Amino acid sequence: MLLQQKIFAISISIVLFIIIIELVRRRKLREEYSWIWLTTAVVIILLAIWYDLLEFITDIIGAVLPTTTLFLFSIIFLLVINLYYATKISSLHGQVKDLAQNLAILRAELQEKTEM
Amino acid sequence: MSGKNEKSRETIIVIPAYNEEGNIGPLIGNIRRKDIDADILVIDDCSLDRTARVVEKAGALVIRLPFNMGYGNALQTGFKYALMKRYRYVIQMDADGQHDPDFIKTLLDEVKKEDADVVIGSRFMNDRSEYKTSWVRKTGMWLFGKIASIIIGQPVTDPTSGFQALSRDALRFYASRYYPSDYPDADVIIMLHRADLRIKEIPVRMLPRMQGQSMHSGLKPLYYIFKMFLSMFVTLLRKDRFQKRVEKNKEATHAVTTKNIRDQH
Repeated sequence: MLLQQKIFAISISIVLFIIIIELVRRRKLREEYSWIWLTTAVVIILLAIWYDLLEFITDIIGAVLPTTTLFLFSIIFLLVINLYYATKISSLHGQVKDLAQNLAILRAELQEKTEM
Repeated sequence: MSGKNEKSRETIIVIPAYNEEGNIGPLIGNIRRKDIDADILVIDDCSLDRTARVVEKAGALVIRLPFNMGYGNALQTGFKYALMKRYRYVIQMDADGQHDPDFIKTLLDEVKKEDADVVIGSRFMNDRSEYKTSWVRKTGMWLFGKIASIIIGQPVTDPTSGFQALSRDALRFYASRYYPSDYPDADVIIMLHRADLRIKEIPVRMLPRMQGQSMHSGLKPLYYIFKMFLSMFVTLLRKDRFQKRVEKNKEATHAVTTKNIRDQH
């Protein structure tokens, strides 16, 4: 791995790391979600510093180029995170539905009470 | 909300409505004329027209949803209200005037016999040809009706009918989280069966639409077929299911319940 590549990868992940911490500090990102992104940053740093690990993984999965491994895993990672968000959206969807239904019922009740 | 009746009734008619200002008034009038001892509740699914106002003027109960939530969610809102207000029987019907109010009494009498929890008013028990809809939906309805019939081991000719009478046990299911309120259809039949609720069909006559557009149009039929296959399939795979009566779990102590609340976050 070239020195340039290393510097680039490491600086990207450090910036990512700082942004995440800052978002959590400003309460724009819940701690609950931050760990996924922090792990990502750490993994990028790890792979940038420890090139042998990347080659080792490339060997295991049978890829020809280390870049393939990187792209492959980034796509898998994005896929998984999307799926995770989809489940979150589904549960939020259900919660919003329940809230709206109950709100409508209570509003009707309230109106009935005040009219009497 | 008006409808100031001192006497508490045991039956409620739940009608979800979206942009039905032209149909809903006459429908309420027609129901009233049948002399049925029931409250009428209209769920206004955030209509763009004066649906809710018309209902209020007609003197029926109205619940306004804060945003457009779709047919199933509107319906379920009515069921939740009925459950909360302790109604014994619920009639579910559409606002477009296609369901003949003459049959409300028939459905109600049938569910009052207490030998069925869900009484479905079937459009097809007598004659299938009269009903007009897209061929995709028609094929889908036929196919899923057949599949549902095989799974529950009882013929169901019209699982998608929105004209039904429910007992309190069925009402509890319809108001629960098990009810697929996004797009309830033939899969509900299978869920009812798995919840040990008894289903019965009786023939009803359909009237032509009074005004306006049907809600089944565009790409919806294709989504409907996909959703139905998926929903039926996963329903059969699911282990948890609705329990007709609340059973006491002996192992659930207070400590366990509190722990569960904590774990959810």
